[in-house]
Amino acid sequence: MLIGTIIYAVINSFILILLAIGFNLAFGISGVANFAYGALYVLSAYVSWILLTLLKMPYFLSVTISILLTTLLGGLIYRLVLLRVRGQALSEVIATFGIGLSILELFSYFGMVGFEYTLPVFIDRSFIIAGTYVDAQRLLIAGIGLVLVLGLWLFTHHTSIGLAFRGIAQDERTALTFGIDSDRIATLSISLGAGLAAIAATLIIPLGSIAPAEGYDVLIKALAVCIIGGLGSSGGVIVAGFVIGFAERFTDTYIGSHWTMIISLVAILLVLVIKPSGLFGKQKELEERI
Amino acid sequence: MNRAPLLQVIELSKSFGGVQAVHFVNFDLHEGELLGVIGPNGSGKTTLVNLITRFVKPSKGEVLYKGRPIQHLAPYEIVRLGIARTFQMVRPFYHLPAYKNMIIPLYSPRVKKLVGGKYGDRNAVALDLLEEVGFERDAFVAYKPAGALPQGYLKRLELAKAIALQPDLMILDELFSGLSLAEVAGMLPIIEKLRLQGKTIIMIEHRLKELFRIADRVLVMNYGEKIADGAPRDVMEQDSVKSAYLGSE
Amino acid sequence: MKKRKERIDRGIKARSGDVFTLCSWREMLYLAAPRLLPVIVFLLLPPLLSVYWQKVMISLAVFALLAISWDLLAQSGMISLGQALFFGMGAYLSGIADHYFGLAPLVAIPLASILGGAICTLMLLPVLRLRGIYFSMVTLVIPLMLVRIIEATRIFGGTEGLTGMAPLPSKWVELYLVIIVLLCLLFGFRRMMASDYGLVLKGICDNDRSVTNAGINIYWFKAQALFMAGTVGAFSGACMTHVYLFAGMPVFALDYSILPIAAAVVGGPGSFAGATLGAAILVPLSELLRGIGGLRIVFYGIFLVVFIVALPEGIFHYIQRKYHQFERWVEVEK
Repeated sequence: MLIGTIIYAVINSFILILLAIGFNLAFGISGVANFAYGALYVLSAYVSWILLTLLKMPYFLSVTISILLTTLLGGLIYRLVLLRVRGQALSEVIATFGIGLSILELFSYFGMVGFEYTLPVFIDRSFIIAGTYVDAQRLLIAGIGLVLVLGLWLFTHHTSIGLAFRGIAQDERTALTFGIDSDRIATLSISLGAGLAAIAATLIIPLGSIAPAEGYDVLIKALAVCIIGGLGSSGGVIVAGFVIGFAERFTDTYIGSHWTMIISLVAILLVLVIKPSGLFGKQKELEERI
Repeated sequence: MNRAPLLQVIELSKSFGGVQAVHFVNFDLHEGELLGVIGPNGSGKTTLVNLITRFVKPSKGEVLYKGRPIQHLAPYEIVRLGIARTFQMVRPFYHLPAYKNMIIPLYSPRVKKLVGGKYGDRNAVALDLLEEVGFERDAFVAYKPAGALPQGYLKRLELAKAIALQPDLMILDELFSGLSLAEVAGMLPIIEKLRLQGKTIIMIEHRLKELFRIADRVLVMNYGEKIADGAPRDVMEQDSVKSAYLGSE
Repeated sequence: MKKRKERIDRGIKARSGDVFTLCSWREMLYLAAPRLLPVIVFLLLPPLLSVYWQKVMISLAVFALLAISWDLLAQSGMISLGQALFFGMGAYLSGIADHYFGLAPLVAIPLASILGGAICTLMLLPVLRLRGIYFSMVTLVIPLMLVRIIEATRIFGGTEGLTGMAPLPSKWVELYLVIIVLLCLLFGFRRMMASDYGLVLKGICDNDRSVTNAGINIYWFKAQALFMAGTVGAFSGACMTHVYLFAGMPVFALDYSILPIAAAVVGGPGSFAGATLGAAILVPLSELLRGIGGLRIVFYGIFLVVFIVALPEGIFHYIQRKYHQFERWVEVEK
């Protein structure tokens, strides 16, 4: 059972990492808080579902359209709303939170909940690894998670746009003097973050079903991983993902499935007390209160 | 002076990631001295002040104030011990009148402790302090919103906020920057008055001429290191200082 | 001929700015009316309402308290996305005091308020040292997690909650307890924030480095503001428990976090009267909209976004501006 738990813990970790990457990108790297993140996740899942089951479009097309739409929506949110309240943390948080809330509750109202609301798996097959059944979808999650994280790291450290992302997070004024258009970069980062949420949704939803309540869960988990790992650090997201992933999985197997939330809560509070910048947050040291 | 120094900075260092902002700086400061700290931009002067006042945590080194190590204390505790500083970038509460800006320093526990119990009406004390710093009472300048005041007055407000804390050691970070010659000339008597009251002062400055008129000693920094320490005239003669400011031949 | 809009204080405002107000009844009325109006409405309206609307009134007062609590935190620089935390904490503590210890409601409520405030403050202490966004995140997350924990461990009644509470002596006590506390806090907090102490809190919100530089321990002050706000929130929760005689997982619901924020933002952020006004608008509105169920929250969300982007000053400040000043078009001088 131990090996099985470990394998599932690894997969769980990648799920968490996938969930957190988009949020981490938007907030940690560009300093723009997107509390509508969970809502965008759920939204993209519903859009895919509608295209797939109601309009009977082919899988890849539906999924791609959904991801693109979500990305666009992220950018729109920035342009229409966030642009006007940029820099005032209160208003940013409230505005995105309000948007996310409206979206989620709207879906809740339409009552699109149930087992038929789900997305199909990529490949319908199972493998046996070290004596336990692991389905292909979960392996795919792990694989794509790894690829995405590496890709993002390369992107933010080796391309000019990626470096611009980090520049805005460190010091917006200075970045402006370098000719980096902070609004354009912020729009890009939020769009990308939304797109990543959509990708995560496409991969993870097939494991269960779509429900608006998922939106809040996703936001909580993304926040937890980012806080513990340290906002802005891709390495931190990975480590934190694994820490929480393993903790959750082992708690689930050996203690009881309901206690997993408590573990996350305790982990967050512990990290905030001992090392507030998160396990790997480096530059935040400069901006944190002493 | 045979007394122990008021402030001792020992091997103070700070690095941000790979950048060595302050590199093993040592100096002593005696009571009543006016120490000038000069150096090219980016030489670590403000970081040094931040380290002493603990707005930034030092990587290594010690700071002793009246014989006590203070590098582990929180910034507000250090202020309560009697060290007051001004900030280079002046940021008052713009929508409040100037004298209301003084209420917060006057609310400080240190002020209450020194004067024992009621400090009297804070508004009245604020107006008095501002008048001492040059806010003309007749013109009701102190009642104007801080956002409407020119830079010269804002700098004086910043100074008044530090004076309100009744410190023994004052660290003034580029007080004269952004001021016209006339405004600087107007502030020199205020600094003189502070010295006569027995306060010890550290001044970071770029305006060397004005600084040298009042400083007892000058410390020169470059790339985070202390490269010279002594009387103003002597320090300016040193080659290292000349090359720091003017570049080598 | 170019024109511009000019805004001038009304004559009566200029005349009533000084002690000479006492010479004229009209001017005294001008000053007193905005203050007396809510007092009169809140005190005299309830007996005239039907039983249903009286319950709504209680709800209004409770949400107004939560909105005021939110506003206090916001003015001190802490944006709480989880008023439900204070509300739920007070509700549960009050329910526990009654259910397990058999304390009378009028004892349980104050106890739950203070204890609730203390516990919430202690929980949030580690976050005070960090940037504001962490505080918002943690306040958002904790109530949601507490719900899961209660569900999982089945303590305090688990999913069914606590029942069998003793009710308050009479329905008038129910009503006027919250209303009087609301009015006291409305004026009391306003005086507090206008004093030097309040200035320090607002200073912490605006430029906390400057306040630290004045030798003031900003975390101690933030903790005080947090305790006050938490106690107020817990009080509202504790009252609700004894009005509805129930305390369960729903007390940590998102409703209790969102509506206060929406109320404060719509009514006027940065002012307690605005928060109350916002609650007075949104609570009856949501009752009228009860028919559409879950869409309510969608409305709150949309309201929130529209107001924070388009009318950030809120309704109260708008009314206040109109009350004190008038606008007219004037020619642009050469």
